[in-house]
Amino acid sequence: MQERTPNSSPILEQTRLGTSLALRASGQWTIHHALDLEGLIDAAEKLNCTTATVVIDVSQVAKLDTFGAWLIERLRRSLTQGVVEPDLVGLSANYSSLFDEVRRVKSGVVEGKEPRSLTAFLERVGRSVVGVGGTLVGLLSMWGAILVTTGRVIRHPSSFRLTSMIHHFEQACWRAVPIVVLISFLIGCIIAQQGIFQFRKFGADVFVVDMLGVLVLREIGVLLVAIMVAGRSGSAYTAELGSMRMREEIDALRTMGFDPTEVLILPRMLALVIALPVLTFLGAMAALCGGGLVAWGYGGVDPNAFLSRLREAISINHFIVGIVKAPFMAFIIGIIACAEGAAVKGSAESLGQHTTASVVKSIFFVIIADGIFAIYFASIGI
Amino acid sequence: MTAFSDEAIIKVRDLTVGFHGKLILEHLDLDVKRGEILGVVGASGSGKSVLTRAIIGLLPKVNGRIEVFGVGMDAADEAERRAVERRWGVLFQHGALFSSLSVRQNIQFPMREFMKVSDRLLDEITVAKLVMVGLKPEVADLFPSELSGGMTKRVALARALSLDPEIVFLDEPTSGLDPISAGDFDELVKTLQRTLGLTVFMVTHDLDSLNTVCNRIAVLGDRKVLLIGPMDDMLASQHPWLQAYFHGKRARALAA
Repeated sequence: MQERTPNSSPILEQTRLGTSLALRASGQWTIHHALDLEGLIDAAEKLNCTTATVVIDVSQVAKLDTFGAWLIERLRRSLTQGVVEPDLVGLSANYSSLFDEVRRVKSGVVEGKEPRSLTAFLERVGRSVVGVGGTLVGLLSMWGAILVTTGRVIRHPSSFRLTSMIHHFEQACWRAVPIVVLISFLIGCIIAQQGIFQFRKFGADVFVVDMLGVLVLREIGVLLVAIMVAGRSGSAYTAELGSMRMREEIDALRTMGFDPTEVLILPRMLALVIALPVLTFLGAMAALCGGGLVAWGYGGVDPNAFLSRLREAISINHFIVGIVKAPFMAFIIGIIACAEGAAVKGSAESLGQHTTASVVKSIFFVIIADGIFAIYFASIGI
Repeated sequence: MTAFSDEAIIKVRDLTVGFHGKLILEHLDLDVKRGEILGVVGASGSGKSVLTRAIIGLLPKVNGRIEVFGVGMDAADEAERRAVERRWGVLFQHGALFSSLSVRQNIQFPMREFMKVSDRLLDEITVAKLVMVGLKPEVADLFPSELSGGMTKRVALARALSLDPEIVFLDEPTSGLDPISAGDFDELVKTLQRTLGLTVFMVTHDLDSLNTVCNRIAVLGDRKVLLIGPMDDMLASQHPWLQAYFHGKRARALAA
């Protein structure tokens, strides 16, 4: 009836003979024709054959793979009436074992789709609340582990990993100097420029020095550096610890009798706690330089006037208020980064989520902490 | 039904691969025949994985020609190469399952990319593939981190088979499996070869696999193929490394 070239599309012919229905398959029943095949089978499954005996003839099939075999098997199942299965004829020896394989597949696929309803929504809300609780517990237990390990290391100072700490200090501090100095310098310039622009309206150009000094030393300097460090080193800590967890390196350490907190986390924490004040100092100086240059070039405040004004405007207290906050912020960033790293599950996606969460949470808590410090210093009158 | 034609489905000629001025493979020739299971053995560092990766195009080669399905992989344009890639499946040594996708999504990933069929059919085919590699359909909703080593290999094989390829490359498929699972896996490869008419290119160190499933064995050494042929040729060879490999303590234990 039709020619059968080796590359012909799949065909399913129907012939009715009295009460029997013959379905003859021919052509290529392979994955390359998967869409055509599915259409053919869907149409054939709707056939009304309540009284007919059904025969599926596959002798003319040029090529068969799992797709074709499964679809024929599916057709055979859907045309089964009661216990009478359609006959499968013309099956070549090559393909009979393939049919044996697909015959083992049970119909009725397990569905893994999530329902979209109010309950599902409530469930998601509930899970996120539980997740927040879990995060807090994770942070607390990380804090506890760090305190316990610190206590032990203080009693046995030889167990402290100095080399590791120096390495992490280089990564977190030394290598961060250029970018921190550059960004702080630019922010100092911008603050000074905006300050001069606004103060000029009152003819109070020189007050820009007061504003710059107080702002940079008390707030902006440390906050800016903390945010940069959270993005730069906090994310790196989470990713390092997370991928070490994924590859069972942390388990390996534990089996060798090492405490992962002592080996991995304490050196990183200490490096960060030292790095942040150093970077804050350098950043504040760079911002003052930037502001000074802009004040000179743009506002006509020459360096000598700038310095003497700065000396009058700020006291050592402003500097101390800024620098004292730095180690606390380093501690916050470190704890969050390590706790997130320890919470990474087996997948690459989870690593990405926790790294993101580490940076977002660090920045959030750093700003919260800065607010609390502001209230505290205001109430003790510094 | 292990009769295979003499048609070379993969033809490697004069292949030279090296890194940083050090040659791993030099003037290597190899033919893989349609429908056979070829075992590739060699000492650690002899370039088995390098050969596999060079054939599937993951490593650049210094010199040589690789033809798969009669298509020269260098001369082929992007579309031709894609077409060839759709006709082979690769099982990496550690599975290389996508860790953020479930087993079902892993197996369906190549299918969704290359064809448009209903979700129902995709799900059914996924179950069929899982059953074929000897797993339960319930595994479909697990994530790779929840699978055991043997299950990971089976799922990875199911993914490699998802587009009904003509060739599969297996990189140490039985390493890290217990002997029973390894035996099952060998049996599975044989069944799949029989039912789907697969050509299998298998890097392995498993003497049992070599003995029971491989039609031919290629031995890599001295940066080329030392010997290729059935097990009997290996046993008869006088080459010292082959002697040590096939007549060593472990091999004798197997023969006993």
